[in-house]
Amino acid sequence: MRRQVLVSENMAESILINGLITSGVYALLAVGFSLIFGVARIVNLAHTAFYMLAAYLVFTFTSRLGLPIPLSICLSVVSVAIVGMLSYQIVIDRLRGHEATILIATIAIALIIQESMLLAYGSSATPAIRLITGYQKILGVKVFYRELVAFGVAIILLVVTWAILMKTRLGIAIRSTAQDREIANLMGINVTRTGMITMGIALVLAAIAGAVVESTARPFMWMSPLVTVLAIVVLGGLGSIKGSFIAAFILGFVETIVTVMISEQAYLKEAVALAFMLAVILMRPEGLFGVRFEEER
Amino acid sequence: MISTVIAYVSRGYKELRGEIFVLPSRTVVVIFCLMLFLVPVITGNPHYLSILTLTCIFAIFAASWDLLSGFTGQMNFGHAAFFGVAAYTAALLNVYIGLPPWLTIPIGAIAAVLVSLILGVPCLRLRGIYLAFGTLAFPLIIKDIIPAIPGAGGTLGVQGIKAIVPISSSPVIEYYIAAALMVVLGFIMWKITDSKTGLIFHAIREDEVTVRASGINTTRYKLLAFCLSGFFAGIAGGLYVHLIGVASPDAVFTLTLSFQAIIWAVFGGIATIYGAIAGVFILYSLYSLPEYLSFSISELRMLLVAVIVLLVLFFMPEGLITWIRDKTEKTCPRCKLQNVAWRKTCRVCRVELD
Repeated sequence: MRRQVLVSENMAESILINGLITSGVYALLAVGFSLIFGVARIVNLAHTAFYMLAAYLVFTFTSRLGLPIPLSICLSVVSVAIVGMLSYQIVIDRLRGHEATILIATIAIALIIQESMLLAYGSSATPAIRLITGYQKILGVKVFYRELVAFGVAIILLVVTWAILMKTRLGIAIRSTAQDREIANLMGINVTRTGMITMGIALVLAAIAGAVVESTARPFMWMSPLVTVLAIVVLGGLGSIKGSFIAAFILGFVETIVTVMISEQAYLKEAVALAFMLAVILMRPEGLFGVRFEEER
Repeated sequence: MISTVIAYVSRGYKELRGEIFVLPSRTVVVIFCLMLFLVPVITGNPHYLSILTLTCIFAIFAASWDLLSGFTGQMNFGHAAFFGVAAYTAALLNVYIGLPPWLTIPIGAIAAVLVSLILGVPCLRLRGIYLAFGTLAFPLIIKDIIPAIPGAGGTLGVQGIKAIVPISSSPVIEYYIAAALMVVLGFIMWKITDSKTGLIFHAIREDEVTVRASGINTTRYKLLAFCLSGFFAGIAGGLYVHLIGVASPDAVFTLTLSFQAIIWAVFGGIATIYGAIAGVFILYSLYSLPEYLSFSISELRMLLVAVIVLLVLFFMPEGLITWIRDKTEKTCPRCKLQNVAWRKTCRVCRVELD
């Protein structure tokens, strides 16, 4: 997520607008990550690799196959969700109970995606896809339409996810599985299927972030968002959707403030965000909105 | 005179047969160590030797991760912090003060122990995944700060570090130093985990509340695990930097290095030490050797490694070496000694094995 922040005289407005856009994208990724952790108790380190895969697929569908952009975005989101659900069903669910093994298995999945993309497209970034061009000045800050669309999509998707979780039977199943897997199972909820569907929802969020926000795709672009997403999820409290949402905005703004205020040392933004996360969890070991799990035995 | 020599030899042979050859795993370890020392005799190719030297260094590193995270269950995702701090300490001491490697490497390791204390004391408030992600942040923060520190070499890193051996182009001696250190330190780590302290480490992973209820100060033991692990990882870091000659933030503080230690250890089997070492020898050599074989394979090697890791973990979730060990050995139900799986009775107490 290499957003080019244009510094202008009005620093406060610049921070506000750029912060909102960055945070929206982080929220999409972090909420999905948090969902899958809450339901399946799985740390899916391949989450942002799927985000990268979506960006590559959009490029493939538009440039190589010549499909229109909206169609190729839909296709890539669907195929990423299918790949993710298959990998959940085949690999991840089978390894449940081996905590360290699951971590490594998801890293291996991420590396397989990365290397396949390297082989297929080389190590340089793919040519940019122009979804919408042009920009507008809002409060004196230059905002590209693309970013406005991304922000709008992020907010709509987050509302939709919230509605699914709160208003549908599926949402009740997901939330109860997250609360207590065993009891949910006893109540007749198919927890494995719920986990798979949650994985699908989470990856749709990630894939849309990758397909809409990223204009180019690079094979190593999953590492840096992964770190940020991990920091957000931990800061917000593991498994708490509300926490991830709020923490995404906190860290999004922290990063933007660093980038705008000290633009010469903008490379420090990740370090500052991580230090901020560390400081918070050292004071509140369960994150901002996390539930203190009873010591599992 | 001759009879005493014969007596010693026959006693030694008996010991060997009774303690080592009874178990295929121990035999394999002895053969492996012998092979390690014979490698330079078989091949003088400096490329292969340098790969093996790095393999030995990373084996120390992965084993030190296993000592902390595998045994006590305190998932450390920022193991590169120990490695990197020791590497940088050794590099700066060597370049600016001119200390020789046999001093900089231990001092680097001590610096790593200090870092492990700084990292361990606050992080032990955290549990499980929170601990993992809290520790993950440390090397990444250091990596971003280093270019801002004057004199630390910037993003390119500290350069011009002297080699371990002052004689130019001595891959064989470097290899022997790394291999010997790997064997000795690996053995020490294994001995630590085999001792009472190791038992407590293991118990902390299984059930910390019970350990605390037994009157053991678990925080102190977890800190001890952090320090020991930091020490061994620090030695690996110091060796690495003297071998490579450059200490750059993008090489020693990365997420990749932290994850690699975990991949190697989990692939071999956690909480074993030898599993981590075997994991490095299998995966790292698999990754590095094709570089000199042919170009077409070298593009595929990372994919190959990832697929192998996934497949092995898919069929052996506990890790490769653990799986093999469980297939070839059984524990005697009475005296808890290891026995070969195809024995009917225990080799010491003659109890029926199931």
